Amino acid sequence: MNGTSGLLAHVLRQGDRALVLAQRLGEWVAHAPELEEDMAVANLSLDLLGQARHLYSYAGELEGQGHEEDYFAYWRSADQFGNPLLVEQPNGDFAHTMVRQLLHDHAALLYWESMTVSTDSRLAALAVRASNETRFHLRHSHGWVVRLGDGTEESHRRTQNALTALWPYAEELVTCPDDDELRETGQVGPPFADAWRTAVAETLAEATLIIPDGAVPITGGWSGTHTEHLVPLLDELQSVARAHPGASW
Amino acid sequence: MTGGWPRWEVFLRARRGLSHGHVGSVHAADGETALQAARDLFTRRQEGISIWVVPSGQVVASDPADQDSLFEPADDKGFRFPTSFELPSEVDQM
Repeated sequence: MNGTSGLLAHVLRQGDRALVLAQRLGEWVAHAPELEEDMAVANLSLDLLGQARHLYSYAGELEGQGHEEDYFAYWRSADQFGNPLLVEQPNGDFAHTMVRQLLHDHAALLYWESMTVSTDSRLAALAVRASNETRFHLRHSHGWVVRLGDGTEESHRRTQNALTALWPYAEELVTCPDDDELRETGQVGPPFADAWRTAVAETLAEATLIIPDGAVPITGGWSGTHTEHLVPLLDELQSVARAHPGASW
Repeated sequence: MTGGWPRWEVFLRARRGLSHGHVGSVHAADGETALQAARDLFTRRQEGISIWVVPSGQVVASDPADQDSLFEPADDKGFRFPTSFELPSEVDQM
C-alpha cells in the first residue's frame, strides 16, 4: 500500500477486503456440509466479488493510469494488498469460517451503512446496494454463530476455539488508517468502532461465547503487512491470469 | 452428503396479488436456515417477493393409488363445466 493515499487507498483497501474474503469463501465450494450451505457460501462469495469489482473499477478511474479492475486483482503483490488480516485467515472448520464471517459482517454492514451518506456519489450509490447484500450476509453468519455457539457441547467448543483464535484480528476491522482525513471531507462516513463492539458483543453473548481476555490486537493488513496466509491465497487467485496474460474467455 | 437435515417445501409468491406456489424443496436444520437457503436457491432472478417454508413432514398428501376415486368422477359431470350449457340466442356473445 506504499505510496497510495487518500480516497484511492481507501477504495483499494475495501476492494481488497472484499476480494480476499470472496476467495476464501470460494474455497468452500463443493466442500460445505450440505448442498444448500454450499450455495449459500458461494452466494456470499459472489456478492463480495461483485463489490470488489465495483471498487476496483472506481479505483482505476481515481488512479487515472488506465488500469481496469483485473489489474488490481491479478497484478499486484501481497504487500500491495490492503485487506485487514482477518479476511485472509484460513477457513478452518465451518465454525471458524462463520465466526470470521460474523466479525467481518458486523463491521462491513456498519461500514456500508455509514457510506450511504458519503459525499462521494459513486461510493454512496454502491453503499446502498452493498448494505442490502451485507444485511443478508450478517443474518446468515449471525444465525450460524448463535446456532453453533449455543448448540451442542462439540459445536460450542469448536466455535469458542474459533473465536479465541480469530479475536486478535478482529479489532483491525474498525481501525482503518487514514479514514479520519477522509471523514473531514465527508467522503468516508462517521466512525462505527463502538457500534461494532456493541453489536459483536451482543451476538457473542447470545451465542454463549466468551470474548478472550487481554488479547493483543494483531494489525497491519490495511497497510500491506500481512500474515503468511495471504501469499498462497494470491498465488492461486492470480495463477491463471499470470500464466496467460491478456487471455480472455 | 444428503439426508442429514430435514426437508422443507418451498412456496414462492411471484407478485403482489398472486398466491404462493410450490417451487421445490431444500434441506435445512431449522426454519430460518430453510428460508435463507430458499432465498439463495429460488429467488436468484427476482422470482419472488415472499417465501414460505413448510416442514415436508407436515404436508398431508393424497395417495396416488386413490387417484381414480378422488379425481375420476369429475369426468362425467359435464354440468360442472360452463361449456356444457347452451347459451340462449339472446345472449349472443359472452
